[in-house]
Amino acid sequence: MAGQSAGSGGRNDDNAMRFSLSDPTFRAIFWQVVVVGIVGFCGWWLISNTLTNLATRGFTTGWAFLSREAGFAIGETMIEYGPQDTYGRAVLVGILNTLRVAVIGIVLATILGTLIGIGRLSKNVLVAGVCSTYVEFIRNLPLLVQLFFWWAMFQDSLPGPRQAIEALPGVFLSNRGVKIPVPADHWIHAWMGVAFLAAIVASYFMARWARVRQAATGEQFPVLLATIGLLAGGPLVVWLIGGAPVTMDWPVLRGFNFQGGLTMTPEFAALLVGLVTYTAGFIAEIVRAGILAVPNGQTEAASALGLRRGPMLQLVILPQALRVIIPPMTSQFLNLTKNSSLAVAIGYPDLVSIVNTTLNQTGQAIEGIAMIMAAYLTVSLSISVLMNWYNKRIAFKER
Amino acid sequence: MANANAAAMDAAGGIGESKLMAWVRANLFSSWANTALTLVVFYVVAKAVFFFGSWGIFNAVWIGTSAECRAAKGVGACWALFPEKWRFILFATYPFDEQWRPALSSAIFIGLYFFSAMRANWNLRLPIAWIAGLGTISVLMWGGVLGLSFVPQERWGGLVLTLILSTFGLALAFPLAILLALGRRSHMPVIKSMCVVYIELIRGVPLISLLFMASVMFPLFLPEGVSIDKLLRAQIAIIMFAGAYLAEVVRGGLQALPKGQYEAADALGLSYWQATMMIVLPQALRLVIPPMVNTFIGLFKDTSLVLIIGLLDILNAAKVAVADPQWRGFGPEAYFGVSLIYFVFCFAMSKYSQRIEVELNRNKHR
Repeated sequence: MAGQSAGSGGRNDDNAMRFSLSDPTFRAIFWQVVVVGIVGFCGWWLISNTLTNLATRGFTTGWAFLSREAGFAIGETMIEYGPQDTYGRAVLVGILNTLRVAVIGIVLATILGTLIGIGRLSKNVLVAGVCSTYVEFIRNLPLLVQLFFWWAMFQDSLPGPRQAIEALPGVFLSNRGVKIPVPADHWIHAWMGVAFLAAIVASYFMARWARVRQAATGEQFPVLLATIGLLAGGPLVVWLIGGAPVTMDWPVLRGFNFQGGLTMTPEFAALLVGLVTYTAGFIAEIVRAGILAVPNGQTEAASALGLRRGPMLQLVILPQALRVIIPPMTSQFLNLTKNSSLAVAIGYPDLVSIVNTTLNQTGQAIEGIAMIMAAYLTVSLSISVLMNWYNKRIAFKER
Repeated sequence: MANANAAAMDAAGGIGESKLMAWVRANLFSSWANTALTLVVFYVVAKAVFFFGSWGIFNAVWIGTSAECRAAKGVGACWALFPEKWRFILFATYPFDEQWRPALSSAIFIGLYFFSAMRANWNLRLPIAWIAGLGTISVLMWGGVLGLSFVPQERWGGLVLTLILSTFGLALAFPLAILLALGRRSHMPVIKSMCVVYIELIRGVPLISLLFMASVMFPLFLPEGVSIDKLLRAQIAIIMFAGAYLAEVVRGGLQALPKGQYEAADALGLSYWQATMMIVLPQALRLVIPPMVNTFIGLFKDTSLVLIIGLLDILNAAKVAVADPQWRGFGPEAYFGVSLIYFVFCFAMSKYSQRIEVELNRNKHR
């Protein structure tokens, strides 16, 4: 049977597709065509409705509005912006504001979350109890409630600038926000940044060199210490060469408000505090699970090999814990970034809030929502790609 | 560690004075560093407890007018807000004389949750209870029959709105999630890629953007003259959102199921849907009950986002309550009150998820 049609150029009857639902190949194609048909029809129906509605309401679609004058002011901006600038620039301001709160938030949430996660495993019952209570509370309350709470604290419960609370020397809390002293502008700061970047590059090459040398000679090199030294020392040396300027820009009360120093508006402060404390609760659980996931035998085996505590952590425990920690951690970073969109509820001018104003003014709803989705999707998908690459790299190399 | 110590001490016949001291020394003051840590944490905790005690209890205004609250501002909390505003926070703009109806509806919802949590009821009784319960709730909320006056959806609000959004969000997202998860595991490339695109797209954007889409774009999608109200639009956005997240949880269960189960079902000659309904899903869903409850908690918390498109859920009702000029400035107290309600629901769910995880695992290890 099988050989019948072989070589004749005809189809083999056994593999031929029969036009019947009992044939698996035909069934698969049939159902896919049906599903595509239904989805396509719904899509076409929605789009044609939308086009008719847009036409009857007299909206013009397109991106031309991005180059029109925005006409609204934005409370805090990282780049020059005024009401006479375009919508496009306003959206850019929003993207930068989102990235600002996300990046600072991720760094702080990771530090706080790791501390709390380790604290929950502490043998000190008081520390463990405080950390557990924190995690239980934070994780079981909606972020939005927490944001409102912090915002109300900053707005309603803090005194005005004249009675501002001085939390630390030079750090003032008032209902106008948080004031922090910063080093006064100095040309050397730019060069310190350059030195820091140079130190990153140098540490990368140093780590490579150390690996090659260890493979060749077996000699170890204290890479971690040297990296910390480079990163801290490089900018420090540049600072000393620049004459070690120590002038600080202190916030000073003048009239009804503070002058000088770095300002965190109440909105930014509330959003940052809310996002950091909320996400830290989740990160703490991830860190704890990661540490618990490394079996005790690993620690014992490492001691049996004669490793001291430092190398044991660095070579045995951490690589295994990180394998468990990093994937869920990245999704927490993504969550923090997406959650920063709640800024719209407390008036911090992030991307969503600015696009919301834009679409209310111009009526360009579809374009506005497409911009928001595209921006977040870009971040999410690029992090997913990075994650997949990383997961492949660290996956167990099984025999 | 601490538990082990305590258990050992209990076994030795109660905690004596010296044993207590030994326990304290082992757990709080075992080394210099540990002692320092204990003292610092103790100082911070004591300070916080002292502050909340004086602000929230001793100097608080429990009953009184907003003027008395203002006088105590900064010194004591204003709990007098709640005797004044609790009806608005719980029921929002529902007609005042009819507010027993949302109250009873909320009670039925909570009763249904308890009923569903008991494993003894995981059979035919469950759908019957839900159909009866939801039927009663719709009669109560809408009215218009049995002598109840009709109340349009625009006036619904408060706790019952939060419960409606999360319950229907879940109930309708669930079948969607199962279809998406099965689709993502399917061998048909077109169906698989459509499911992947949907799931990744929804999971990649914030819920807010979906709610915005629901509020400004859904009206454009519909033919001329047809309109859907705000509550339904928000509900659809929540279902779409929850569906994608639940689908990933269900997929986890499908992947964790041993391959032999699929093969055995094929060997029995079951069709795809027979195998899925009778063999695969019952086992796969059972595996993922704990993460599913965690998704429920997330969804319950996320329903608070509907305030951004102007629905009066319990959080928005509290926000509106403190926007009243008389009570302006008492936001922390109002949000604290609402937090308690959210906390009770979420904490109950998370404890339930931990318990059921232990129960299911006990089954497995036998």
